[in-house]
Amino acid sequence: MSPFAKRFMRLRGLIRKESLQILRDPSSIAIAFVMPVVLLLLFGYGVSLDAKDIRLALVVEQPDAQTSSLTSAFHHSTYFKSITFHTIQPAERALVTHVVDGIVWLRSDFSARLLNHGDAPIGVFVNGVDANQARITQGYIQGVWQTWLQAYARQQGHDLAIPVRLEPRIWFNAAVRSTDFLVPGLIALIMTLTGAMLTSMVVAREWERGTMEALMVTPIRIWEITVGKLLPYFILGMGGMLLSVAMALWLFNVPLRGSFLVLSLASALYMMVALGMGLLISTVARSQFVAGQIALVATFLPAFILSGFIFEISSMPAPVQVMTHLIPARYFVAILQTVFMAGDIWPVLLTNAAALLVMMVIFLGLARHKTRKRLD
Amino acid sequence: MVVPAVLTITGLCKTFVSGKHTLQALQDINLQIQAGRISGLIGPDGAGKTSLMRLVAGLLQPDNGEIQVQGIDVFKSPLQSQSVLSYMPQRFGLYEDLTVQENLDLYADLQGVDQQQRQQRYTELMHMTALAPFTHRLAGRLSGGMKQKLGLACTLVRTPQLLLLDEPTAGVDPVSRRELWSIIERLVKEEGLSVLLSTAYLNEAESCDDVILLHEGCVMGQGTPLSFSQPMQGRSFHISSDTLGKRQLQHRISKLSGVLDAIIEDEQVRVVTHTRQVPDLNEDLAHLADARVEACSPTFEDAFVAMLKKQHQGMSLNIEPTTSQSNLSDDTLIEVRHIKKRFGAFYAVKDISFSVKRGEVFGLLGANGAGKSTTFRMLCGLLPVSSGELMVAGHDLRHASASARSRLGYMAQRFSLYVNLSVMENLNFFASAYGLRRAQRTQRIAWAMEVFELGNYANTSSGDLPLGFKQRLAMAAALLHEPDILFLDEPTSGVDPLARREFWERINALAESGVTVLVTTHFMDEANYCDRLVIMADGEVLAQGTPAEMKARFRSDELPTPTMEDAFIGLIEHRQTSMTEVTV
Amino acid sequence: MALAIKELLAVLKDKKGRIVLIMPPILQLFLFGYAASFDLNDIPVAVYNQDQGADSRELVARVIGSPHFHLYADIDHEQQISSLINNKNVLIVLHLGPNFSANLAKGPGTSAQVIIDGRNSNTALLVQGYLSTIVSDFNVDWAKRNGKPPPLASLKLRAWFNSNMVSRWFIVPGIVGLLTFIITTIVTSLSVAREREAGTFDQLLVTPMRPVEILIGKSFPGVLIGSLEGSFILLMAIYWFDIPLRGSLGALYIGMFLFILSAVGIGLMISSLAVTQQQGMLGAFLFMVPAVILSGFATPIANMPQVVQWLTYADPLRYFLIILRGVFLEGDNSSILMHYYWPMAVIAIVTLSLAAWLFRHRMN
Repeated sequence: MSPFAKRFMRLRGLIRKESLQILRDPSSIAIAFVMPVVLLLLFGYGVSLDAKDIRLALVVEQPDAQTSSLTSAFHHSTYFKSITFHTIQPAERALVTHVVDGIVWLRSDFSARLLNHGDAPIGVFVNGVDANQARITQGYIQGVWQTWLQAYARQQGHDLAIPVRLEPRIWFNAAVRSTDFLVPGLIALIMTLTGAMLTSMVVAREWERGTMEALMVTPIRIWEITVGKLLPYFILGMGGMLLSVAMALWLFNVPLRGSFLVLSLASALYMMVALGMGLLISTVARSQFVAGQIALVATFLPAFILSGFIFEISSMPAPVQVMTHLIPARYFVAILQTVFMAGDIWPVLLTNAAALLVMMVIFLGLARHKTRKRLD
Repeated sequence: MVVPAVLTITGLCKTFVSGKHTLQALQDINLQIQAGRISGLIGPDGAGKTSLMRLVAGLLQPDNGEIQVQGIDVFKSPLQSQSVLSYMPQRFGLYEDLTVQENLDLYADLQGVDQQQRQQRYTELMHMTALAPFTHRLAGRLSGGMKQKLGLACTLVRTPQLLLLDEPTAGVDPVSRRELWSIIERLVKEEGLSVLLSTAYLNEAESCDDVILLHEGCVMGQGTPLSFSQPMQGRSFHISSDTLGKRQLQHRISKLSGVLDAIIEDEQVRVVTHTRQVPDLNEDLAHLADARVEACSPTFEDAFVAMLKKQHQGMSLNIEPTTSQSNLSDDTLIEVRHIKKRFGAFYAVKDISFSVKRGEVFGLLGANGAGKSTTFRMLCGLLPVSSGELMVAGHDLRHASASARSRLGYMAQRFSLYVNLSVMENLNFFASAYGLRRAQRTQRIAWAMEVFELGNYANTSSGDLPLGFKQRLAMAAALLHEPDILFLDEPTSGVDPLARREFWERINALAESGVTVLVTTHFMDEANYCDRLVIMADGEVLAQGTPAEMKARFRSDELPTPTMEDAFIGLIEHRQTSMTEVTV
Repeated sequence: MALAIKELLAVLKDKKGRIVLIMPPILQLFLFGYAASFDLNDIPVAVYNQDQGADSRELVARVIGSPHFHLYADIDHEQQISSLINNKNVLIVLHLGPNFSANLAKGPGTSAQVIIDGRNSNTALLVQGYLSTIVSDFNVDWAKRNGKPPPLASLKLRAWFNSNMVSRWFIVPGIVGLLTFIITTIVTSLSVAREREAGTFDQLLVTPMRPVEILIGKSFPGVLIGSLEGSFILLMAIYWFDIPLRGSLGALYIGMFLFILSAVGIGLMISSLAVTQQQGMLGAFLFMVPAVILSGFATPIANMPQVVQWLTYADPLRYFLIILRGVFLEGDNSSILMHYYWPMAVIAIVTLSLAAWLFRHRMN
């Protein structure tokens, strides 16, 4: 038999073994398929930055036609759920005890000043503890106020004199749905977990059970073990990825504006990076326990915080921004958010893909370099 | 005739470094192994057997020295050397979630065995190992003995020149062990294979062509088994007595001045003397009058113990029974009636019953997976029974009050004290866990330190203790509160013969002072230390009674003096034939 | 008590264990403290100003001069907009038409167009908020300068408790809770499993010790380490991240104690169920991820679907976060927080008793 045929035979044997093990071991199927579903459901439904039903206290000290036109504007807005008070004290108490998130206060002189073309003040207090929500609440209140102002002015027969009107156009996500950007980011997170955790734990399992020892004494080469391990888990990971994409498209109605082919290619590339990280972890961790922990600390947390998945990278302090360049998930999140929401924008895709390619080479190269056919 | 060497090791040294600790695993090993023979690497746990095996297989890098397999340097060209040898690691290297056939296919693929040759080889191997009916069973579902044979088959998918087997018989029942040995012997004869195998069972030495005795990382000797035992000729004796119990007898004989070693073997005491001299029984004037002394042929173990004792001179034990109560009263202390234990659809224990009287040493004997440990854990109240009844000192320990539990001591199968606490911290903790008051605690801990000679290690982390001392510490912890009943699960597995002797001496002393001892073991020869025992296999009790009764059942003309192992094998074979009768 | 001391020694003497206890929390503290922020700084902006009047220049200067934005490029072709946005070079493009100043002077008004990259919808909303504040400030000043009447009514915006709306003030107290939670759960979730794996738990069960005693002993290291690390992170929050502490520290510690007890209970329950440390770890992870996500740490519970909101009532972290933020920013005292104390006490009692029951009954 030629050396090539032998090599092929060894590789085939390993791949078959690994595939059989995957099929018979419920835990790897669970990591690849159940975890994505659970995480997607959890994040998709549990995590939303879109404020709705903001509880608002409307304090109207002297109700009349003017105030009711403003309060009805709040009542009609889908963003708010409002309670009406007549004095400020109970409303403030409601704000302190978290019964409401904000107060809109129309004092007793509101209508008088409004009718006298005065600068009628509307007091707005929001609970600023959650700064992000506070800003969003303020934004929505401003929106209601502007719309009402225009309508009121028109009703009074004169055009509203707003010197400069801001006309925002939000591209890619006109409805500003947070699901549309959270779900693609989540796919990156899930693939990081499946790729790195799965491979590192699977290799560690072979060490733990002593089968690695038996493998190493056979004429097999290191790269054959590597390929034999990578290929089945690559397929498994891609399966998990497809499942996540399907859920994103049909359950969460995230648009896919780019091409599916590009998405698949980029995911395949990232899967290789994640598997490479897993292999690298497995060269230092010989027990599943340690491997799982390292995978969690070294891949999951950074992918969560430093990838731009939720938090804007450009707003981080400069040293942290530099660190983010070492996180592969950063590049993949950028690719995913672009392919899903913007389309095949080549400059974004290519630069990020190039970065991923470099990382893949580094991880796989390091893993290859560190793996020896030895126990010590 | 000069037989060519298949394996040459010169000047091999290996140390392991973990944190601050360095462990010299192997020190300057020099040896040669001849082709076409079975060479046994023999030594207790921690002697360096596995490290040596792994070095030969090219899995470890040595600090110094050279290994050549068939003239190929293992460290310079590992791939070439690995293509002439096969290696079975300790846990057989099987994928438990693959079937027997899939495991074979995998190793055949990895070894590059031709498709055409494969079928024929598989048939041979399956025939040889009797695994043919199980080719589609998952390897994880096989019994210990079957796993061991499958592991062997996997290393033999291609005929290697050197076969390395690391502890292939550890924890396997004696029947499977005999089968494995006959397979290996056939391979060597028919295929001209060279085999290097390691084992901790000293009696397996006698089956090897060549023995390498390894102890604490050093080769203590190499040669034929006979070359070890021959110099001992004239120093081994059997002593028996009709009036004295064998434990008493052994205790007294071991005190005699000319005696190097005295152990209970079958119904008599085996004695090794310092020189070629019949032990002088008259030294113990009062009681040994009726004892009979017979010379017997020395064994490998005799030689090993003699060598070890020479090394550890001055380490004499002084274990005296504290109070010599009239033991063996008639009240039943442990009563087990028809207990069963089910895990899912699998019955680990199927309807067993036995009872233990106060002051007895009672043994549960069987291979790994026979259900000993499950039974044991149910007795201690650690596992609920699926059905049946059990009583320990009148309580079901599962629901017993704290005071009932304070009457028993427990020593688990593996060393199970807190490894990162020091010896003193462990003892302190268990003393307070057993509710000993301050003065009593100080007194008992002082007792334990003295009797178990732990003084030098008081502040050592218990995880860093030598194996024998771990064993002592575990036993000390179990005895701090002076329990009436002592549960010991596989207390002697893996320790060297000296530590085993010492251990049994302590148990004897305890039994003599009225403590009831329940012990599990898979060493057949240890059964002789028990007053009564049950033999278990596949969750069933095969036989119950005194060791003498059991052996008597298998006395025949061919076997005038059957050993415990013979009795065990006889029982298993008897069961198998009766089972096939039922199925037919 | 001996068990408690032994447990503590066991945790502290294990080198790997020590590292797990010290490194990740500190790492996470800084990572979250610095990186996890919704506040936007230095957002890259491209300006497409077709008008050269003074007013348009003033508006542009106000945008670029704000700490939230910085100028990435001035552009002069409409086509450049899409490539800058698409390629993520800029997050927004401010477009002022050729007649901006003229229309402004002529009245009644003019418009300023902004194109915002909506790939991160939260960022898009925030940017829009920042811009509209800048524009309305500009409008007020412009009207005043040109003698125009002010708008009929105007908003006087004020944020209570966090007047500058710094999101770090929200995140960092959250981290105190988050890390206390993770540490306590990990310490305890491994404690029984570790002993089961080493066989020492059997040894413990055959001693005359009662489950309650084992429970107290096992809880001790979790409570101690949890409160020590919790206090350390608390100090870091106050002195390193300069988060104002306005309420009563006593009220906070009552909450922390109850919270740690409930986390210990959950950890011990997971641990008693697990046979190996790995299972304990996995169990802790499976519990912690949803517990953190659904606690209101980063996203408000009010935004979740009703069913999910019900689930959050079983999450002790939910209550502790409210207490933390209440004490830090809102100046709460213990009587206001009573509502949030008792659910944690209930969770603690339930989980601790279950754990004690499981010690002996989870065996197979």
